[in-house]
Amino acid sequence: MTALEDLPAWTAFFVSLCVLLGAAVTLIGSLGLLRLGNFYARVHAPTLGATLGMGSILLGSAFYFSVLETRPVVHEILIAAFVTLTTPVTLMLLARAALYRDRTEGSTDVPAAEMAEDLIPPG
Amino acid sequence: MNGILPYPLLSLALLVLWLLLNQSVSAGHVILGSVIAVLASWVMAALRPEKPRIRRPGAALRLTGMVLVDILRSNLAVGRIIVRSREPGVNAGFMTIPLDIRSRQGLAVLSIIITSTPGTIWVSYDAAKGTLLLHVLDLIDETVWIRTIKGRYERLLMEIFD
Repeated sequence: MTALEDLPAWTAFFVSLCVLLGAAVTLIGSLGLLRLGNFYARVHAPTLGATLGMGSILLGSAFYFSVLETRPVVHEILIAAFVTLTTPVTLMLLARAALYRDRTEGSTDVPAAEMAEDLIPPG
Repeated sequence: MNGILPYPLLSLALLVLWLLLNQSVSAGHVILGSVIAVLASWVMAALRPEKPRIRRPGAALRLTGMVLVDILRSNLAVGRIIVRSREPGVNAGFMTIPLDIRSRQGLAVLSIIITSTPGTIWVSYDAAKGTLLLHVLDLIDETVWIRTIKGRYERLLMEIFD
């Protein structure tokens, strides 16, 4: 790695801090996936990695390449935008699928479907 | 606004996306990106979606800042629950919130805000009654969540879209 030798110490420090913070937050999110009690509670855990975890790793990446190439490298913003737009779709789909399954099984832990349409998919 | 540029904001966003992806602002990429952006906005026009009107860009900026701060705070809150709590997720539960916002774009943005904030997930929206079913990880006081979602996000979104 010759690129690392060209990097000023304070940049290396800041980039490592960002990446380590992002990794730690994502790890806590994964730990939540393991520790939380039921499916609906577990769905909350990965959002840590998709928000703050992703954000600080991308910040580190943008900063590293900006200093290395001495020009602003900001296309990490695109990753942030697309992850933010697409993660909710997956999470919502998972939560609704679980809710549909629990309602069909007649579980009392979930709110009952108020309309027949909620239980019987159209078409 | 009809004719060549039916969706000027969409075209501009696509052009910026193209330039960022290619990491270049050379004339060639600007021309190619513009052609793609205009063609894509024609495709969008053929689908005839309900045209969103962004009334107050200032409010949109304020909302973005507020959401970023809230995401950071919820990250800490959810992280604390996962690491510190002896029995994490014991306070989790469903709740319903009556919503006043009816704009489809506003609801879409609200669903992204709620779901990408750790600790809350948008489960389903009942368009007939205007109620939203949420799942919250730390459901101790429902009124706090109602105040956050209605007072902080919904009010601003209604200013922006309705």
